[in-house]
Amino acid sequence: MKNVKKLLALGLAVTMTASMLTGCGSSNDGAADADAKTDATDAAADTAADTEASAEGGSVYYLNFKPEQDQQWQDLAAKYTEETGVDVTVVTAASGEYETTLMSEMGKSGAPTMFQVNGPVGLANWKDYCYDLKDSAVYGELTSDDFALKDGDAVAGIAYVIESYGLITNKTLLDKAGYSVDDIKSFADLKKVAEDITARKDELGFAAFTSAGMDGSSDWRFKTHLANLPIYFEYQADGIGTTKEIKGTYLNNYRDIWDLYINNSTCDPSELAAKTGDDSRNEFLASQAVFFQNGSWEYGNLTADGTFTDDDLAMIPIYIGVGDEANQGLCTGTENYWCVNKDADAADIQATLDFMDWCVTSDEGTKAMGEDMGFVIPFKNAVESQNLFVKQDKEMTAEGKTPVSWNFPTMPSEEWKNGVGQALTAYAADQTDDNWEAVRSAFVDGWKSEYELVSQE
Amino acid sequence: MHKALKRYSPIFVLPTLLAFIIGFIIPFAQGLYLSFCKFTTVDNAQWVGFANYNVILKDASFLNSFKFTIVFAVVSIVLINVIAFGLALLLTKELRGTNIFRTVFFMPNLIGGIVLGYIWQILINCILSLASKPLLALNSSAGYWGLIILMCWQQIGYMMIIYIAGLQNVPSDLVEAAEIDGANAWDILWKIKLPMVMSSVTICVFLTLTNSFKLFDQNLALTGGDPNHSTEMLALNIYQTFYARAGALFKGYGQAKAVIFCILVIAISMLQLKLTKSKEVQQ
Repeated sequence: MKNVKKLLALGLAVTMTASMLTGCGSSNDGAADADAKTDATDAAADTAADTEASAEGGSVYYLNFKPEQDQQWQDLAAKYTEETGVDVTVVTAASGEYETTLMSEMGKSGAPTMFQVNGPVGLANWKDYCYDLKDSAVYGELTSDDFALKDGDAVAGIAYVIESYGLITNKTLLDKAGYSVDDIKSFADLKKVAEDITARKDELGFAAFTSAGMDGSSDWRFKTHLANLPIYFEYQADGIGTTKEIKGTYLNNYRDIWDLYINNSTCDPSELAAKTGDDSRNEFLASQAVFFQNGSWEYGNLTADGTFTDDDLAMIPIYIGVGDEANQGLCTGTENYWCVNKDADAADIQATLDFMDWCVTSDEGTKAMGEDMGFVIPFKNAVESQNLFVKQDKEMTAEGKTPVSWNFPTMPSEEWKNGVGQALTAYAADQTDDNWEAVRSAFVDGWKSEYELVSQE
Repeated sequence: MHKALKRYSPIFVLPTLLAFIIGFIIPFAQGLYLSFCKFTTVDNAQWVGFANYNVILKDASFLNSFKFTIVFAVVSIVLINVIAFGLALLLTKELRGTNIFRTVFFMPNLIGGIVLGYIWQILINCILSLASKPLLALNSSAGYWGLIILMCWQQIGYMMIIYIAGLQNVPSDLVEAAEIDGANAWDILWKIKLPMVMSSVTICVFLTLTNSFKLFDQNLALTGGDPNHSTEMLALNIYQTFYARAGALFKGYGQAKAVIFCILVIAISMLQLKLTKSKEVQQ
């Protein structure tokens, strides 16, 4: 009896403790969900395939990154299947779970034929799986070679959406404060306007900036998007596109703009550690602040329920007091690249290439991507976008302003971003030179050490 | 009958055994294998021998989170078990409304860890902000005590139920006999009740020990390891190793950490089982 008990206890111990280990090896909930979805769509497609055989017998499995556009992708896939008989499955990973979902899906027999990476750093993970798109039709459709993600000579990824970010401005409030967007043409102007609004905060009833929340749902706006500006200007000054060692030439300007954000905001800087992305957006929607740093993807959220119309809003460049500010445009670029799985069946690869080409050349595809999903796509047949911020970006470029490119895909790792974010939060709570030194150290020294860590073989 | 049962036992065991092998043994073995590899997905692993283990044993963040986990585990095991046992003693007395109290104390256990983590994050941040102290993301001692409070709140009710069941099984004739012999309440507690519920103690300490070591959801939701990984426990450290950096190398490191973690938890809980089991008495 005692032995049995002992054995039971041992079994229990092993099961309970080791479930942790298996957790790492097996798929997560998101993937399980994806499985169920795949099965369901497979079943549906089977019946369709009975009546109408697909061209080469290949099928497409697209693992989508953007949860906001899940429904539109599902609709587009259904339309494609209807038109060509080729089975297209679209599965969307939960927000923030793309890498984990992709990792477990890629390990399966029915792996995604089409997936995405976020730029050179993301590509490092997946380059062994990327089909060379050099000879594909979709590559020929790109408006510029800059939108291809290269791995040596091979074309590993194709950018499919271009986005812009800057300071989204509530023109009505700015008008109330006695200014217009034309008054802001440089960092000095921005500082003057913001500090004047803060000085008259009680009288006006609103603040200059929405809370620069450093919660995980919002901190990417500053540790990634805002940090892009000093990196961009440093790359420009040095004539490079990526580096192993960042110098931090413009970190003082980064500090200036961060000071401006946190000290002219809706809340006390020490509370920023807990402020979320929703907080910030809600403050903007409730007209509690004039400026809201975010991107063209927020357009839907801001206009959906009629809170704002195009006349109320504008997006202005983020000035940090460096370079030719008179000709600075919005931050425009991409971190969404389509890749094709090299290990998929030849027929599936062909089907995937055909699908991609259809998406960016056919009327249905371009219309769905441009209007339903609200994307600006860098392809020759793109339709005009209705997104105000996108239109503004176009206008600015037409006026001869230079867009600030997206350099954050060259940041060495998530860990680096977290380090900078952490230091920024600590600095916001207690704005001393020592705390800024910690930001500088996370930025410059962290870059070097993270780069060394991730590039070792 | 007994013989027939015995003869067919392999058939009855088969479904569960199969499920156990597919769902547990195979992934476990694969996990073990992968800890010696460099890999992106589980089927393109490249053997690297003990390289992963060499790296992680020098990894300061792993050692720090190990220390933090131990400090957390010791305090939370003691607090949870003492408080749960105390409550169980109170709620086995003939008091009015014991059933309501049992339900109330048990309820936090029904809420998932992530939800609890976010609820307590809001509560604690609110208090810290009123007291003008740095918020959770910048305050490692608040993060530590927040985790302890959160775990106590969640686990005490569950352990209390186990202790109540144990206490109700203490034969009343033993207690009566002791009372007649002139034992006071303290003696009865230490010399009669506690030895009689030793099997419950074994279970509860085992559960709290493994729960504390494996803590993940609450850690992720409440502090996320902030500030600067100082409140990062082992499980979260493994997760971060796996996903915070790009590149095949880190997957292997994460997997090797997971193997060490597993062995560690098994060893510690076996030791604990041995120690507390030796104190158990047969009725």
